[in-house]
Amino acid sequence: MDKLRLRFEKTGKAAYISHLDLMRVVQRIFLRAETPLRYSEGFNPHALISICLPLSVGTESLCELMDFRVKRDIDIAALPEKLNSTSPEGIRFLECYEPERKASGIKWLRIEGRFDYDHVSGENIVQPLLAFFRRESIPVKRRTKRGEGVLELAGNVRDFECEPTQDGLRIKCVISAQEPTVNPDLLIHALEQLSPELKPDFAKFRRVEIYDADMGVFR
Amino acid sequence: MDKRLERILPNVQKPARYTGGELNEIIKDKSEVKLRMAFCFPDVYEIGMSNLGMRILYGVINNEPDIWCERVFAPWGDMAEAMRENKMLLYALESGDPVSEFDVLGFSIGYEMAYCTVLDMLDMAGIPLRSADRPGLTPLVFAGGTSCCNPEPMAPFMDLMVLGEGEEVDVEVLRLFQRARDEGWSKHDFLLEAAKIQGVYVPSLYEPVYNADGTLAEMRCLPGAPEKVTKRIISDLDSVYYPTNPIVPSTEIVHDRVNVELFRGCVRGCRFCQAGYVYRPIRAKKPETVIRQGIESIRNTGSQEATLLSLSSSDYRHLPEACDGLLDWCEPRNVSLSLPSLRADNFSMELMSRLQKVRRGGLTFAPEAGTQRLRDVINKNVTEDDLLNTCRIAFEGGWNGIKLYFMLGLPTETDEDVVGIADLAAQVLHVWRESSPNKQRGVRITVSTSCFVPKPHSPFQWEAQVTRSEYKRRVNLLRDSITAKNVTYNWHDPDTSFIEAVLSRGDRRVGDAIEAAWRRGARMEAWSDYFNFKRWMDAFDECGVDPDFYATRERSEDEVLPWCRIDMGVRTSLLLREKHRAYAAELSPDCRVACSACGAQSLLPKGVKCDG
Ligand code: SF4
Repeated sequence: MDKLRLRFEKTGKAAYISHLDLMRVVQRIFLRAETPLRYSEGFNPHALISICLPLSVGTESLCELMDFRVKRDIDIAALPEKLNSTSPEGIRFLECYEPERKASGIKWLRIEGRFDYDHVSGENIVQPLLAFFRRESIPVKRRTKRGEGVLELAGNVRDFECEPTQDGLRIKCVISAQEPTVNPDLLIHALEQLSPELKPDFAKFRRVEIYDADMGVFR
Repeated sequence: MDKRLERILPNVQKPARYTGGELNEIIKDKSEVKLRMAFCFPDVYEIGMSNLGMRILYGVINNEPDIWCERVFAPWGDMAEAMRENKMLLYALESGDPVSEFDVLGFSIGYEMAYCTVLDMLDMAGIPLRSADRPGLTPLVFAGGTSCCNPEPMAPFMDLMVLGEGEEVDVEVLRLFQRARDEGWSKHDFLLEAAKIQGVYVPSLYEPVYNADGTLAEMRCLPGAPEKVTKRIISDLDSVYYPTNPIVPSTEIVHDRVNVELFRGCVRGCRFCQAGYVYRPIRAKKPETVIRQGIESIRNTGSQEATLLSLSSSDYRHLPEACDGLLDWCEPRNVSLSLPSLRADNFSMELMSRLQKVRRGGLTFAPEAGTQRLRDVINKNVTEDDLLNTCRIAFEGGWNGIKLYFMLGLPTETDEDVVGIADLAAQVLHVWRESSPNKQRGVRITVSTSCFVPKPHSPFQWEAQVTRSEYKRRVNLLRDSITAKNVTYNWHDPDTSFIEAVLSRGDRRVGDAIEAAWRRGARMEAWSDYFNFKRWMDAFDECGVDPDFYATRERSEDEVLPWCRIDMGVRTSLLLREKHRAYAAELSPDCRVACSACGAQSLLPKGVKCDG
């Protein structure tokens, strides 16, 4: 036993913990739970923890994965509860196991979203929104480290569904998690750029499940 | 979560500081508790959560099962703006409820530059700023913290102020308030009763009377006002509550580490230092307590860094024992221990090497003044030999950076003293040349100066601050005197120090100017991002307050001072004696060599000696 994987949720208030802060939060959770973490060698040792798909601030997740390494065997069945007893609100560990696949095998993410519309009723948006995400081409401009680029959302956003709620709509879809990485915010940017009248006044997302390239649940 | 908040959070910097939900945050059922208090800290989360006093009082008050104390910090500018735009009231982190629904607001005011932020928080909470504009008993608005040792500048806004350490008095005030509320007392009746609690100052029971020249004729006692309000202390630090299971922030704060308190008070008696006087008498923890509380805190927080806190750590009698005990636990677990506020004179190199095994960056010393004469004036018992010796050991031990802190504008300072700072830095550089085993790495010697601010309850409380232009002249003189390449000189601008000087020794009229400055947009003035000198000057002007009257004017020894009703434990006659000795450049022994009978011991129970 050396490499281990934890599946955890990051919801509610914890959604606002940044990726960088989360690394520290998690490290401290391990320390409080007296988990024998393995550290890197060298002058400034750091715990060997990595979060498979970093989450942007404000987005919730029910399906985060985190790889870490331990110095000696531990009771992996008992670990999630032990960690939960010393975790902040909204961070909840679900299971711990020895991973069989590398995180690079992750391809798709199922997400849910809340689209609030202040001035129109959700019902009137459902059809045009469905039509929008059925377009053959949805080129969205985005800023990357390498400057401005265009990403084709069609094909990288699948199975778009939505239903009206009191404040607007609840949406569901599957997005490409890696190669290319589709940040859920790109859905909003696409609307803003291509069909501004459909852009919600507020949107909030939550990751629900992770899949491999064949849409098999990834663990 | 509040819908407006949900919309705001993605658009502000560091949203995690506005959500609460951290580990060890205290949640109670609001329908079950009898009293709700908002503990308000007039600065951002990262500063407030680093404050030991706040953590202690949060724990103490929440130890009362039927009182729920929640945290409120000042939002950073972007958040404050967004909240105002969306008509969101200031809320407490634990429940998310608006502060205006609480029974009591308690502000912790540690520094004067936070005054405007206090007003801003009241305004953001939708609560009238002035005590007189809040006729009802609820909400009670009070303050504590070091700044309250001159309560007058904030007197118009506070219903009451507590002096000294809050562990006991805060709860006493809350319980009395609870009774008053349940029995339907008027606010005035409550305040009259509260004024009987030791450590409670009720501003509305005192009336300032001024002379024609603007000085105070008296702080008149109105019916029911005690002649003197004496601060409170905790006499036994071993048995008092200590937060060993504190909130663990989920986002980075300024001092993200475990605090281990060693003792309160200071044996030294540096004459410029307010803390050295207002925190007397000296009370230490047993080393066992220090070790136990340290280990418990590290264990409960998972922190990788602990720091030993006090005004002058090297004066802790049991320092080696406490350090050994903690290090035995910390070292195998890779927890680092740091020890700030060491003195140059009895600095133990062996200890430092053990503590700072990994990081061997810079060391910091505060000689405060450049010549022995001036160091004698301020009773800073550091000789040049002490300092140079310490530097020698440090350089030999591999350190290659030293920061030296000084003040300009100390009483009796001459140009010779200013140039003395450059000489001292040059000597430190010389010592480096002599002693460094590895000269290729070079050396960084940094000299910093700030403008001296005379503070209430210190022997220099009667002194004039130097003018800003005089400070700048001395800065230029020093800058021109520093010739060595390896010596860097940083000076703090005097504008903030000037405002701080006005606020710290201000009277009630200064309160008007604080409000005027806030109305012109002042908040978070301790941050250079937000500090605006002109705004202050305009505010003084608008209120007819002459800032020089407060900052740069020397007071006569018999002048009635705004804080004359406050007894911080040290007799005024001792402060005067120290002032006179300062002018004679005469040292006073520290408390260990000889007790000066300053008066602070009388705050301890009979038979308990100061400094054990
Ligand atoms: S009572 Fe004596 S020992 Fe105690 S603080 Fe005052 S001078 Fe120092």
